[in-house]
Amino acid sequence: MRYDEIFAAMLKRAKELLADGTVNRVIGWKRGEFSYDVTPAVFETPEELDAGFVYDAFCGANVSKYLIRESEKPGRILCFLKPCDSFSFNQLLTEHRIRRENVYAVGIPCEGMADVKRIRAAGIDGITGIREEGERFIVSTLYGEESMDRREALAERCLCCKSKRHPVFDELIGDEGEDAPDDARFAEVARLETMTAEERFDFWRGELSRCIRCNACRNVCPACTCENCVFDNPASGISQKAAADSFEESMYHIIRAFHVAGRCTDCGECSRVCPENIPLHLLNRKFIKDIDELYGAYRAGDKADARNPLVNFTEGDAEARIVHERGKA
Amino acid sequence: MKYLPLAGLNAFLERAAQSRKVYVPVDEEPGKSSYRLWTPGTVVSRGLNTTRSAKDFFFPQTENLAGFRIEDKKIRVLDPRRETEDFAVFGVRACDAASFGILDKVFLSEPEDTYYKNRREHGLILTMTCRRPAETCFCSVFGIDAANPGGDVSFTDDGSGWYVEAHTEKGSAFLSGMEELLEDRDPSGAEEARNKTREIMARLPLAGLKTDAFGGGKTKALFDRPEWAELSEACVGCGTCTFVCPTCQCYDIRDFDTGREIRRFRCWDSCMYSDFTKMAGGNPRLTQKERFRQRFMHKLVYFPENNDGEFGCVGCGRCLRSCPIHMNIVKVMKRLGEDDHEQ
Repeated sequence: MRYDEIFAAMLKRAKELLADGTVNRVIGWKRGEFSYDVTPAVFETPEELDAGFVYDAFCGANVSKYLIRESEKPGRILCFLKPCDSFSFNQLLTEHRIRRENVYAVGIPCEGMADVKRIRAAGIDGITGIREEGERFIVSTLYGEESMDRREALAERCLCCKSKRHPVFDELIGDEGEDAPDDARFAEVARLETMTAEERFDFWRGELSRCIRCNACRNVCPACTCENCVFDNPASGISQKAAADSFEESMYHIIRAFHVAGRCTDCGECSRVCPENIPLHLLNRKFIKDIDELYGAYRAGDKADARNPLVNFTEGDAEARIVHERGKA
Repeated sequence: MKYLPLAGLNAFLERAAQSRKVYVPVDEEPGKSSYRLWTPGTVVSRGLNTTRSAKDFFFPQTENLAGFRIEDKKIRVLDPRRETEDFAVFGVRACDAASFGILDKVFLSEPEDTYYKNRREHGLILTMTCRRPAETCFCSVFGIDAANPGGDVSFTDDGSGWYVEAHTEKGSAFLSGMEELLEDRDPSGAEEARNKTREIMARLPLAGLKTDAFGGGKTKALFDRPEWAELSEACVGCGTCTFVCPTCQCYDIRDFDTGREIRRFRCWDSCMYSDFTKMAGGNPRLTQKERFRQRFMHKLVYFPENNDGEFGCVGCGRCLRSCPIHMNIVKVMKRLGEDDHEQ
């Protein structure tokens, strides 16, 4: 489906569900100043929807985490979930972080989300408008019109999309999609695995050295839902308001990757929001790949009552010595 | 007027680097640059602004202010200060150059912050005009001229080189050792380059942003506006906007026990963080709405109120480009500055 078709169906359905009292609010995306700067927003009336609601190739933001807070409020909220977002939503349901009865979930198709950073990386700036024409983005800029292959503007996570399927929904717009093969998703992890330990260490030290500790990756992450993060708690002794040495930023990312292991659905929000373009998703994907290899294929967020392999003992589990065996390789 | 052709830049920076550390913007990846120490072979970015601002050179993210060690029942104070080395920052745009004036008002008013002051005294600011401003630029809204960035020495870009002018004694002294590396050119070329920049600035989509609703004395009118709730509702509470901002100046000072000594450090704070201004007895800003409001009230009302009407924003547009949810000062100004709002 084209985005304008999907959006028309969403707008119609949102108004109907508001009118018949199924929901009293709608969470979606709001149009910005330019064509790419949409903001997640809650709409309460058809007029508000008409004024700002949007769904297009720049609605990459995952709204599922907002439902933790929104589902605590009176009434029911309508949320539109892309396949990626619905995995996050399901994982949050598994962790009892969202009141399911207060959410009406409509699964929507996603044709891949563009990342304005990738358009800028192609040397296009001064962007005043972007429109889709078939497989190309036509970008109006202050310095003339440019055009680029749609795929080149897509976010990395969309180029290796994990699934077009919604593991949870109350209703769907469009036809349900299917899971995609994982090969592309793990290609970069596989490449890192072929490095020597020193090369890999240098790779990550280089990437993480750019971290400014803005905490955007953590705060946007649907798996990071601690009410008081250990890194914000002065009583923890490791609160890290400032890094005592150059390794501490790496520490933060290592601890975070461990904490979301088995729960991360690979929605890719961490990498999307990083102002320093650190490929943080690769840390999480390494855990996902390892879990698949050591415990059997597992997809966080696929099934709402699933126990992730890291908190579920079975006799066939990998033994701890695997760490030493793999370390030697 | 002095002129530095593109091909002469390396020799110029090499000479500059003989007397001080020189930092230049470098492309880390296409479309993204950061300041790096210049060494022979460094390729200077031709892009617009760096992801992080030039503020970092004068007000670093973390610095050790002092140390304390207990020896024989006496406390010895350790001095870790190292901010007295000469350095230069090349390629500073008008927005960042203007941010130093704002930071000066904070750090150089009594009592002076000597750490900041030392860096200002030892830092040489080499500015550059903007040839291709972005749609996110709005410095002109705050009276900043991207074609006349000031600093100690300005470099007016005409596409094949720069017209070089000193604006301070420090800048003149620096240039006096560079004479043979510079050519003489008719100044009309510089004016032409400036006019080109100004012509683009005038047609930027945000050039017409209005500031009338803001400034000193507007606290009462703006503080309780209901729009703060919707503006802040999607804010994830990260510190990205504050950390890439050239004028955000809030900091925290804490003591860290290393086991052998106490280190007193200062680090950037962010009003977006849940523990911002947390103190004995509680936190005056309990939800993200209050924290969010603080950031914009500080820049648009409190700062001008205390500084003769000068706004605490320079319109560099970094927050527009970096915010995870694309909420920013422009959206706040447009929403709150709308004429037809209900009080």
